[in-house]
Amino acid sequence: MDIFAQQLVNGLVLGSIYALVALGYTMVYGILELINFAHGEVTMIGAMVALTVIGVLAGVAPDLPGVLVVLGGILVAIPACMLLAFGIEKIAYRPLRKAPRLAPLITAIGVSIILQNLAMLIWGRQYVSFPEILPTTKFEVFGAHISLLQIAIVVLALTIMACLWLLVERTRLGRAMRATAQSREVAELMGVNVDRVISATFIIGAAIAAIAGVMVSAYYGLAHYYMGFMLGLKAFSAAVLGGIGNIAGAMLGGLLLGVIEALGAGYIGDITGGFLGSHYQDVFAFFVLIGVLVFRPSGLLGERVANRA
Amino acid sequence: MSLLQVRGLKVAYGGIQAVRGIDFDVAQGELVCLIGANGAGKSSTLKGLMGLIQPHGEVFFAGERLQKQPTHAIAARGMALVPEGRGIFGRLTVAENLAMGAYLRNDRAEIKADLARAFELFPRLAERSKQLAGTLSGGEQQMLAIARAMMGRPRLLLLDEPSMGLAPLMVQKIYATIAAIAHEGVTILLVEQNANLALQVSHRAYVMESGAITLSGPSHELARNPQVRAAYLGD
Repeated sequence: MDIFAQQLVNGLVLGSIYALVALGYTMVYGILELINFAHGEVTMIGAMVALTVIGVLAGVAPDLPGVLVVLGGILVAIPACMLLAFGIEKIAYRPLRKAPRLAPLITAIGVSIILQNLAMLIWGRQYVSFPEILPTTKFEVFGAHISLLQIAIVVLALTIMACLWLLVERTRLGRAMRATAQSREVAELMGVNVDRVISATFIIGAAIAAIAGVMVSAYYGLAHYYMGFMLGLKAFSAAVLGGIGNIAGAMLGGLLLGVIEALGAGYIGDITGGFLGSHYQDVFAFFVLIGVLVFRPSGLLGERVANRA
Repeated sequence: MSLLQVRGLKVAYGGIQAVRGIDFDVAQGELVCLIGANGAGKSSTLKGLMGLIQPHGEVFFAGERLQKQPTHAIAARGMALVPEGRGIFGRLTVAENLAMGAYLRNDRAEIKADLARAFELFPRLAERSKQLAGTLSGGEQQMLAIARAMMGRPRLLLLDEPSMGLAPLMVQKIYATIAAIAHEGVTILLVEQNANLALQVSHRAYVMESGAITLSGPSHELARNPQVRAAYLGD
C-alpha cells in the first residue's frame, strides 16, 4: 500500500467535508462579516438528528437497504438544520445587526455553547455510533484503498458545490446575495428584502452543513455532542485559507486543508523520528490557519478588504 | 394631485437634526431640484424619503402615505434613488448591475426591451456589459447607476449629486441624459450642489439651508433671484 496515495485519498474525502462546512462560514461572512461560530454545532445537530432517524428506521425496517436508511436520515436532518439556522439568525444575530461587530461574534460563541449543551442533554455524553448498514466495498487504485463510501462522499460533495455555484452565479437569489454582500443599503434600494436574503444564506449554509454532518459521522462511524467544535474550527480555517467571504475559496481551502492534514498525519511520525504520532493530525489545520494569517491574511482567492464596496 | 407630497419632513441621525420639517411637492412629469450648500440636508431628505433613515412627518407618494416602510417596500412602490457616490456593485458585471435594477420585475420580454434601450442610451455600457462594474470610470459608473435605476421603471427617480466628482465634459453628458429621461415623462427629484446646472435643467426648484427650505419657485425665476445668484451662482 502506498502511503502517499492513500493519504491523498483520505485527505480529499475529509477535505470535501471541510469544504462543505466552510461554505457556510464563508457565505455568512460574505454578507454579514460575521464569523458564525455556531455553524460547527449546526453540523453536529445535523449528524445527531440524522443518526437518530437512521437508528429508528433501521430498527423499524431492518430489510430496508442501508443507503435508503441513510437518505432518510439526511432528508430529516436537512430541514431540521435549516429551521435551526433560521431561528439562530432571527433570535440571536438579527437584533444585533447594528451593534458593534464584537457583539454578534460573542453571541455566536454563546449560541455554539448552548447548542453543545442542548445536544448533550438530548443525546448524552457518550458516542453515538453509526450503524453498519452501508456497503463496505473497496477498490484499489494506484496502491490506495478507496471505499464506496469515500467515493460517494466526494461525488456528493462536488455535486453540492456545483449546485451552490450555479445558485450563486446564475439565479436571481444568488445575484441578490452577491449584491447584498457588497452593499446592503444599495441592495435594499433595488427592492431586495435584505433580511430575507440573509435568512436564505443561513438556511442554505445549514442545509449543506446537515449533509456534511451525516458524511462525517458515516465516515468515522460515530457522532458526538462535541464533534462540531473541532470540525467547525477546521472548516473555519479552511474558509480563511481560501479567503473568507469567497465561495470558490472555501471549496479550494477545504480540499487543500484535508490533504495537508492527511499528508501531515501520514508523515509526521517519519519526520519526527517517531516522536510525534498521527494523533497530532489536528495540529496541521491550525498551523495552516496561523501561516495564512501571517503571510496572506486575505487567503488564497480572497480580495483585499479595501475592495469591499 | 402631486405624485409626491411631503409635509413636515424631519430627518435626524446620530443626534443631528439634518432636516428640520420641510414641505414640498413634485407633480407627475416634473423635474424638480433641491439645491443648497454642502450639509444643508439635501441628501438626508432623499434618504428619509427612501426610508434609509427613518424620517418623521408625512410623505404621500402616488396618493398613499408611506409610513415606517422598509426601503425595499418603498422601492417596490416605484421610488428609485441613485445614491450619492453612485453605489454600483463593483464586483458584479455591468449586465448584472442592470439586472439588479429590474430585480422586482418579472416581465422578461419587457426587461429585455428596456435593457436594449438602456444600451442605446449608453453605448459605453453595452460595450462593457460583461465587465466588472468596478472597472468602469467614474462617469461610466454614474451612467450605469442611472441606467440601473431606470431598469426598475420608477414612477419617481431621485438623483443625489449626479455631477459629483466628474469631469466637466462628463457632467454635460450626464445632464443631457437627465434631460432626455425627463423628456420621456419620468418624474425626477434632483439634488445638486451645482445650482447652475440644476436650475438650467429643472422646472421648479427648492433652496435648502441648514435643514430648512428658504426659497422656492420656477427654476428660471430662481436663477434670476439676486439672493440665489449671490449665494449659489457665484455672482
